[in-house]
Amino acid sequence: MVRNILDVVDLSVEEINDLIKLACDIINDPKAYSEKCRGKKLATLFFEPSTRTRLSFEAAMYELGGSVLGFSEAQSSSASKGESVADTARVVSCYADIIAMRHPKEGAPRVAADNASIPVINAGDGGHNHPTQTLTDLLTIYREKGRLNDFTIGFCGDLKFGRTVHSLINALSRYTGIKIVLISPEELKLPSYVKKDVLMAKGIPYVQTTDLESVMPELDILYMTRVQKERFFNEEDYLRLKDSYILNMKKLENAKKDLCILHPLPRVNEISREVDNDPRACYFKQVLNGKYIRMALMLTLLEEAAR
Amino acid sequence: MKIDSIQNGIVIDHITAGRAMDLYELLGLKNVECSVAMLMNVTSSKMGKKDIIKLDADIPVDLDAIGYVDPGATVNYIKNGVLDHKQSIRMPKMLKNVIKCKNPRCITTVEQELDQVFKLTDEEHKVYRCLYCETQAENK
Repeated sequence: MVRNILDVVDLSVEEINDLIKLACDIINDPKAYSEKCRGKKLATLFFEPSTRTRLSFEAAMYELGGSVLGFSEAQSSSASKGESVADTARVVSCYADIIAMRHPKEGAPRVAADNASIPVINAGDGGHNHPTQTLTDLLTIYREKGRLNDFTIGFCGDLKFGRTVHSLINALSRYTGIKIVLISPEELKLPSYVKKDVLMAKGIPYVQTTDLESVMPELDILYMTRVQKERFFNEEDYLRLKDSYILNMKKLENAKKDLCILHPLPRVNEISREVDNDPRACYFKQVLNGKYIRMALMLTLLEEAAR
Repeated sequence: MKIDSIQNGIVIDHITAGRAMDLYELLGLKNVECSVAMLMNVTSSKMGKKDIIKLDADIPVDLDAIGYVDPGATVNYIKNGVLDHKQSIRMPKMLKNVIKCKNPRCITTVEQELDQVFKLTDEEHKVYRCLYCETQAENK
């Protein structure tokens, strides 16, 4: 049966837990998985550049013993000749066994999934979904905390436009004992529909603040995001806010000793370089975990497709 | 005000007052060849005020579009001057090519051959979302 992953909620909590368990098994014994996808081909259809996600998918498939084909920007694909996403998906289905697709237009991976005969993984569609980033975040939290329940997580920075924030909040809302602290400038607060549809609908306790330092001692996890210049209508507001949440060692003085600091990357200046060497900085571990969870996901989808 | 009764055709009745124009547009009634009568703010014992649309031919009408605009409406099919049958209307689970996604970042804005599909995600609040980008449709 062909299964697609377009949104993290396409996976049940049990399935996510199984993926995390499989990723941990791969981490513990990578050799046991090094031939699992021998003869399988991943097609990376990247209609817009994304170094990290594409390389992560490719590295994941190589480490499973498979191979990779694809393109890294729309200009080097038939899309530049006007080919539709549907046709591209049908054609690629003849060459590959699984597709990882990034597209600037929201919903494009769904169109691909509707037309492909092989599994499609959404590797990011505009500001919409990026399920493997959320799975990466969940694996990192699990590996750092040993659980996916009973913690307080702070989201800091651009909570309005950050798809990774919305998606992770949605994913975590299905676990128990989660408390959420939303730290952002007024202009970049979490959209009310996310609060209404997810937090309030599922009874997740949350607080909103503009002051990172005042809530720092409560946090078990701090998820940092970049304040993006292009989101502001005037330069003045951006300049006033851009340095609001630069995380440095001083701000971490009152943080828990086992705080876990995450960031989907790329960062600009919102985490000071001095934090990188602190054991609580987990954002580069996150990158590594991204490869492992993608290995687990592709392996699972390919096994399901073979049944 | 008097509108002649129709011999063969369709009467869309019990439309919430003020919504007949929305239906007129969504059903594409400006393009049909038969006569179309729109009665607005008609006194109704049940509803106080209501709108009615009469079509003097049995043309295909998109019941999903009616259900989207006004699930309380009724569709009456008239044959030889008498009521032949009634069609009850419900809020459709899916809407296909009734409304368009207004999100400029949606794939449907660049791939014009794609159907415009919306799914009902919250029946109580009548929330429809684009199947592709999940943008909420504006409520009619």
